[in-house]
Amino acid sequence: MSPPIEFELRRRTLLASGAALAVGAASVRPAAAQAAAAAGAGTATVTLTVNGVRRDLELDNRTTLLDALREHLKLTGTKKGCDHGQCGACTCTVNGARINSCLSLAVMHDGDEVETIEGIGTPEAMDPMQAAFVEQDGFQCGYCTPGQIQSARAVIEEIRAGIPSHVTGDLGAEIAITDAEIRERMSGNICRCGAYANILAAITQVAEEQA
Amino acid sequence: MRAFSYEKMRDPAEAAARAAEVGGAKFIAGGTNLLDLMKLEIETPVHLIDLGGLGLDEITETEGGGLRIGTLVSNTALSADARIRRDYPVLTRAIAAGATGQLRNKATTGGNLLQRTRCPYFYDTAMPCNKRAPGTGCAALGQGAFSRQLGVIGTSEACIATHPSDMAVAMRVLDAVVETVTPAGMTREIPIEELHLLPGDTPHEETALMPGELITHVRLPAPAGGMQAYHKVRDRASYAFALVSVALVRQPDGTGRVALGGVAPKPWRSSAADAELPNGARAVMSVLMEGARPTEENAFKITLAERTLAAMLKEA
Repeated sequence: MSPPIEFELRRRTLLASGAALAVGAASVRPAAAQAAAAAGAGTATVTLTVNGVRRDLELDNRTTLLDALREHLKLTGTKKGCDHGQCGACTCTVNGARINSCLSLAVMHDGDEVETIEGIGTPEAMDPMQAAFVEQDGFQCGYCTPGQIQSARAVIEEIRAGIPSHVTGDLGAEIAITDAEIRERMSGNICRCGAYANILAAITQVAEEQA
Repeated sequence: MRAFSYEKMRDPAEAAARAAEVGGAKFIAGGTNLLDLMKLEIETPVHLIDLGGLGLDEITETEGGGLRIGTLVSNTALSADARIRRDYPVLTRAIAAGATGQLRNKATTGGNLLQRTRCPYFYDTAMPCNKRAPGTGCAALGQGAFSRQLGVIGTSEACIATHPSDMAVAMRVLDAVVETVTPAGMTREIPIEELHLLPGDTPHEETALMPGELITHVRLPAPAGGMQAYHKVRDRASYAFALVSVALVRQPDGTGRVALGGVAPKPWRSSAADAELPNGARAVMSVLMEGARPTEENAFKITLAERTLAAMLKEA
């Protein structure tokens, strides 16, 4: 597990507080809408196994898996970008498959195994993909990076599992790990800094190391 | 997002009965489209029935030599199934052409068929939309509206939205059958061509399903054989909806089937157009696109569809 965020003034802290402010502004709603909706309101007890640790939560039904991780479990490594499944910053792994945690309700994941960026490595003992991103300079601001890394690890596994993509040639043959395959499979992770070339290099490096 | 109550059901018939009984209830499976729409308050269910406990996540072989796909089979699992890749490659190609790895891992077979349009005016709650708010008008047909992405055929004065699915276009060309359970516990079969309705004056009515009726399986007939392909033309190379997509099954003798995506409120196919396939792309499209009513911005789709099919026939 990563150490808790230290609240010293550094880039990551500034970004995190900026994101929190944006979330706060978006959640303001007229009181009338709140009252009208009370009929179907509800909370739920949700048990998740996050990075191997069992966590029990009492959540509003509306809580996404992303918000459960960030706001309730304080695992802020998983990022909120668009909150609509378009950017991939929220990508984490549930029961072994990468998903957009912003487009899933926490209550639907009762009993599930969730893996976040905090669970795959530490600054002292990085996951090979984390090390490759550092080595290849696969990021600039870093905001999309946890999602990129979670997706990148899954992409290699998905290719090895024989899951075809839009650019796969022969559907009956073993799928080669090519630039085109990696690019296509990473299209759900947007990087506004445009670190794509180096992200591709990092993923290729890990694929070759593991080959 | 509006507040809602939530329950997880274990039995398809009970889930259907419950959905019909509770006003404002909706099913949720993958949730990748519904939750997006709930955040925007385009969908405002007061009760969610989670189908995650139903099972229905297997692909089994039918007596007729086809496959029966559980409604909760993920798009990834369906596209990767060895039998689908071998015998129904147009389906694998169509699924892989849509969305992203993350979304395909979560999205389900039934949910994919029932996803809502991505018309920008359906999504913009500040604008009129007969589908989202019946009777308010169609902003997509207004002066200066952005209709490049929208429908050219099967549309109406009330709505020019398209059905966004790639998977459904392949299901249509393969003559899939949708199996359901009704709130009364009866099972029913709906041919895929009858599942989605044309908008007419009631674009908010999108499917032939009755309130509470639940898709349990999608059945594929015995393999159609031939050369199968799915070509999707879009503004980006990946993760974009189709401007035009073409699903093709072509037999060695030149006969076959064609279905289009990105042009209509449902996967677009006709047997009369299929019959023209030996005569080439222009012959097919002159029948398939008969009665098209494009806007100035999307008239190009008619040419694009013909050229896409022509390119595919050249490769075939």
